Amino acid sequence: MTATEPIPPIAGTVTVGVPMEQAFGLFTGEFTAWWPHRYHIGQADVAEVILEPHEGGRWYERGVDGSECDWGRVLVWGPPHRLVFTWQINGSWQFDPDPEHASEIEVLFTEEGPGQTTVAVEHRHFDRLIGGQGVYEAIRGGGGWPLLLQGYAKTVANAQ
Amino acid sequence: MGLLGDPTRRAIFELLARRPASVQELADQLPISRPAVSQHLRVLKDGGLVVSRAEGTRRIYQLNPDGVGALRTWLDGVWGDALAGFHKAAEAAASELDRDSGVNQEDS
Repeated sequence: MTATEPIPPIAGTVTVGVPMEQAFGLFTGEFTAWWPHRYHIGQADVAEVILEPHEGGRWYERGVDGSECDWGRVLVWGPPHRLVFTWQINGSWQFDPDPEHASEIEVLFTEEGPGQTTVAVEHRHFDRLIGGQGVYEAIRGGGGWPLLLQGYAKTVANAQ
Repeated sequence: MGLLGDPTRRAIFELLARRPASVQELADQLPISRPAVSQHLRVLKDGGLVVSRAEGTRRIYQLNPDGVGALRTWLDGVWGDALAGFHKAAEAAASELDRDSGVNQEDS
C-alpha cells in the first residue's frame, strides 16, 4: 500500500426554518433527537447522545444500560455561529484520546433571513484520524470496524 | 453518498466488512437474487469501495484494502442521514414555534 493521500473533507449543508440561536441550540443540545441512533459505537443501544456545551466538553453516547462511550471533544464553543468538535474514533472503533489523532467537525450557522438558518458541516482531517494502519488492518483482518458494522447491519435489518 | 445510500448496497458493504465473500455467499444472506447482488457489487466496485479476486472458479469480493476511502464514504452517508435528521427535528421545532405564536391554528 502506498502512503495515504490527504482525504477530502465531507461537507454538507442544510437550511432550516428556525432562527440561528434555535438552530444552534437544537444541533448542540438535542443530539439525541436528531442523530440517527444506529450510528454509534457502544455495545448497548443508544439512549442519549450528548455534547457538553463548553470548550473541552465531551461528545458521547449513553447506552440504554447506562454505559458511556466517548466520541470526541468540543474544541470551539461559539454560540450561535460556530462549533468545532472532534470525532476521535479510531480504526478499531475505540475512542482515541490523543488529540493528534482527532478528525474535526466544524459547524457554521448562518442566518439567511428571518427564521431561516443555514447549517454547514465540514468533517475533515481524516488522515489524522486514521493515521497508521488501523482502518486498513481492521478491514483486512477483522476487528472493531467489522464488529461495529455487524451491529449496524443487524440494526438496519431489524428496521426493515 | 449515492454509493452507500442504497440500503442493500450498504448491507453488502457491511457483510464484506466482516469477511470476503462470493456473490452466492452474499445472496444467501440477503433477501435478493444473485444477479441483483452482482449488480450492486459492480456499482461498489466502480466506486472503488470493493475489489475482487479469482479463487479457483469463484470470484471473491472484499472491501478495498485502501480502507480510507471506504471509511470516508461511510461517514459521508452518516452525515447525510444525520443532516436529514437534523432538518426534520428543526422543522418540527419550527412548527412548534408557529403554534406557540399562534401562526398555525391547526393545533388541536
